[in-house]
Amino acid sequence: MRRYRIRKDESCISCMRCARECSFGAITEGEGRTLVFHHGKCTDCQRCVSFCPTGAIYVTEDGNHFRSNSVFMEDDIREIMLQAETGGVLLSSMGAERGNVPIYFDRMLLNASQVTNPSIDPLREPMETAVFLGRRPEGIERDSDGRIADNLPPHLELSTPIMFSAMSYGAISLNVHRALAEAAAQLGTYWNTGEGGLHESLYPFKANTIVQVASGRFGVHGTYLNAASAIEIKIGQGAKPGIGGHLTGKKIIGDVSRTRMVPEGMDAISPAPHHDIYSIEDLAQLVMSLKEATGYMKPVIVKVAAVHNIAPIASGIARSGADIISIDGFRGGTGAAPKRLRDNVGIPIELAIAAVDQRLREERIRDRVSVIASGGIRNSADAVKAIALGADAVSIGTAALCALGCHICASCHTGRCAWGLATQDPALMERLDPEKGAARLVNLVNAWTREIKEIMGGMGINSIEALRGNRLALRGVDLNSKELEILGIRYAGE
Amino acid sequence: MKVLDIRKNGLRSIGRQLGEETTLTGCLGERYIGCALQEGILHVEGTPGNALASYLDGGTVLVDGNAQDAAADTMNAGLLAIKGSAGDALAYGMRGGRVYVLGDAGYRAGVHMKAYEDRKSILVIGGKAGSFLGEYLAGGIIIVLGLGHEGERITGYFCGNGMYAGTIYLRTDQTPLNLSDKLLKRDVDTREKESVLRPIITDFASAFSIPAEKCLEGSFIAIEADGSKSYSQLYAAV
Amino acid sequence: MKKEGEVRISSGCAISGIFCRDGRRISGEAIKRSIAVMHSRSNGLGGGFAAYGIYPQYREYPALHVFYDSETAREETERFLGRRFDIINLSKIPVRQSAKIVDAPLIWRYFILPLPHMLQDSQLDEDEYTSRAAIMINDSITGAYVISCGKDMGVFKAVGYPEDVADFYRIDEYEGYSWTAHGRYPTNTPGWWAGSHPFSLLDLTVVHNGEISSYDANRRAVEMYGYTCNLLTDTEVIAYMLDYLSRKQGLTLKECSEVLAAPFWSTIAIKDKEERRRLSYLRKMFSSFLITGPFSILVGFSGGMMALNDRLKLRSLVAAEKGSTVYFSSEEAAIRIIEESPDRVWAPRGGEAVIVTLDKEAVS
Repeated sequence: MRRYRIRKDESCISCMRCARECSFGAITEGEGRTLVFHHGKCTDCQRCVSFCPTGAIYVTEDGNHFRSNSVFMEDDIREIMLQAETGGVLLSSMGAERGNVPIYFDRMLLNASQVTNPSIDPLREPMETAVFLGRRPEGIERDSDGRIADNLPPHLELSTPIMFSAMSYGAISLNVHRALAEAAAQLGTYWNTGEGGLHESLYPFKANTIVQVASGRFGVHGTYLNAASAIEIKIGQGAKPGIGGHLTGKKIIGDVSRTRMVPEGMDAISPAPHHDIYSIEDLAQLVMSLKEATGYMKPVIVKVAAVHNIAPIASGIARSGADIISIDGFRGGTGAAPKRLRDNVGIPIELAIAAVDQRLREERIRDRVSVIASGGIRNSADAVKAIALGADAVSIGTAALCALGCHICASCHTGRCAWGLATQDPALMERLDPEKGAARLVNLVNAWTREIKEIMGGMGINSIEALRGNRLALRGVDLNSKELEILGIRYAGE
Repeated sequence: MKVLDIRKNGLRSIGRQLGEETTLTGCLGERYIGCALQEGILHVEGTPGNALASYLDGGTVLVDGNAQDAAADTMNAGLLAIKGSAGDALAYGMRGGRVYVLGDAGYRAGVHMKAYEDRKSILVIGGKAGSFLGEYLAGGIIIVLGLGHEGERITGYFCGNGMYAGTIYLRTDQTPLNLSDKLLKRDVDTREKESVLRPIITDFASAFSIPAEKCLEGSFIAIEADGSKSYSQLYAAV
Repeated sequence: MKKEGEVRISSGCAISGIFCRDGRRISGEAIKRSIAVMHSRSNGLGGGFAAYGIYPQYREYPALHVFYDSETAREETERFLGRRFDIINLSKIPVRQSAKIVDAPLIWRYFILPLPHMLQDSQLDEDEYTSRAAIMINDSITGAYVISCGKDMGVFKAVGYPEDVADFYRIDEYEGYSWTAHGRYPTNTPGWWAGSHPFSLLDLTVVHNGEISSYDANRRAVEMYGYTCNLLTDTEVIAYMLDYLSRKQGLTLKECSEVLAAPFWSTIAIKDKEERRRLSYLRKMFSSFLITGPFSILVGFSGGMMALNDRLKLRSLVAAEKGSTVYFSSEEAAIRIIEESPDRVWAPRGGEAVIVTLDKEAVS
């Protein structure tokens, strides 16, 4: 079904670059150095446009539209037709796209100092963005000399409140993993392996690595657990709460097979739940067994999707012995998910963070654990707002992929990523130079960190912990009173 | 010389009565003394209040005790000499003239002092200075002598943070604590000491009738902005 | 228009304190003269004093200073107190009527003793029992507001310039070993009696200058531990944080100051190993209790006083000493007016608390 139309103008020099770059077969070379456009295969990934040396090629929405109907929109009709044809569950990737679900970040505005206290120039005055993630005991202890004893469990130390979200080897290429690991090391933050194991060549990045333990337990063994600074138990993700994963046997080749410890060509199935966790007390058992296996040297993170009951769920996790709760909102990305789930299940991260932070405070345990927010963080202002709502730090996945070239064509599930990110095709993988990719990630996070410092400076706050949960830093616009109540903020002008 | 008691004469009426040389007695927290004074000499006795000699524009203000906060704020020209110590935010945004403090200065002395053409701000602190000395320094010279504090640290934290012009001279061989990596520290050689520091310090010493040689004893270090590290590369125009 | 407590009002201020380490009790006249020098730091919308050692004859009993909007509120409060405490003595706090202080509430003082069986049933210690009762009155009895409830101490505050507030309460007739004072410059117009400073909780009183930028992070942190911020002022939240850290967590006052005005990480990094360990621990453990933005505070407590600036020293604070008397103030002149030639005058560094306590001999 045709969504896009590829065109070229007279400046085309017939170099065939676009045909070589197109990994979806939408542009091919015809006889006598001519270009053949297969519009129906185009995903609008913009690879051809980016690489055309003369700017001759462009991709537009196909001008032919169905008769407009305010109930059955064009996409609805297309999807019905596709399902009528195939009988299949609609598969999609990246984050939810639902125009009718508000992006609350865009409806919150930040404060600044005027007169009554001084704003700060972060370039020239001290400005602290270091974040420590981990558990805190209820009280202090003193040794026999009256000195305060160190009763803090191990913490993760981040130089900036931005980390990279879990994306598995298999869903994305090894080069992406390498770029993320390099960047995290240079930035003083963390990247996350996702559930597909950790390639041996990345073991040296231990100080900046978080390894994931998901329901499939791929590549989970003692060495893996100890090759990281923290362990994340993945219960769910924002794009597809409540369901597992399925990496097709086609992608289980070579190093992916070795790293996941799944025989080549065999499907890698992540069960919907962890079948050793059917209740909250089972989670506590898994948390503690992982701690036992790693000598209580590493914080354990529990990652959950933001679902309706997220506040009590988070409270349960906080009481399970977990050190850090990671919450992935409705708009969180994925390499592949049923579209109906992606677009209809879960709640936006802004409401989830606000509800969780408030609930943990009401239960007097907010200071006991740390909270990470993710799922649609697009820029530094989103990060600041998430922190002011109550998160300790944020995690970025889609934004990190964009830094590496992704144009969000949402075709990850095809495995044909033209930018060499969500693919295991050796020829495509090579399109990402991990060194250059790392440099771009470092630039991105540094730029955001600078912006966070500017925003904090404007508010007269010189340390990130004084921003955390500081909801007076936020005011709402275009929100109803229930939304304001859940976000715990006042309306602009109040 | 005229003698006026600030308790009997309001500050405004005093402004009209100032002669070529006037002594103001009994000061206790009155703000704005010597504000924008263009000429003449004003001796201040007691503890003048905040914003002493702010906008000073050519006159001379001599204080026998301590000054409070925001002395010499946005000063343009002239001389402020304080025999005691100064409070916080001394000589903020000063554009020209001389500020001499025989004792200590509080936090944020000399923030965003400037120099422009023949105007060059000079701030000399006889004792120690608090944190954020010369922050955002945009020109001029700050000298801290640390008299009586030899061998100790004579500045606080974040000395010279964000400065982009001008020089801070410290009579010590110790680099200030946590000096920003955007600043350069260098030792002052004899030639610079003689040509730059001697004239200023001699003038400072004579203002308080103390021996100049004592103030020049030992080695000085200088702190300046590292020109190779600008802030402009941090922006990307959209 | 919303009054203080319903919205957060920012305010600038002047503070002053006198502490006699030898336990000598001095009249309130001195502190009044001191705070009056800084008249232009206030705007007539709030002034107040905290005094320690003023009720030696009742030193065993919590002293309640209470504002009432109406006789009904008073009756209801007295019934409430009667069910929980023996009221040893009650009286109106004597005032000197003045044109400069208007709209005064009814101002009463009670010396009370927890009823032994009620105290036992509550399973609380006496301090907690008393402070909960005070909080309950403030929260639940309309028109009643307990402004202090410590032993051998009291808070006197009003809407007005501090020197007029001093005259109104006749504080020259009280004698104490420790005094703090506050002149307020809030940005709202009506001013509210209970919103003036000092703010107190049991024997802990706080006067404060500045507006903190971490307010809501701190408020939401301390509210987690059972405190309710009714006034939405910095002073209130700072007092609660101090109470939590010192009384509930068992930190020393110095440690409290290292939490509230924690050094920058870059400053911690250049300390020696043990200091690094200790300061890092306090910052990580109590990260929600870091205060950013400008403040200078004087904290009064039984037998001592603490002066503390924010870690950047964004508000002024001067200290002085003469013999066994210690002075603190926003401006040096406010000290000089009561002590012309101190032995020593200094400006405490940002984040470095100055803590003074009664000499050993004075305590007995």
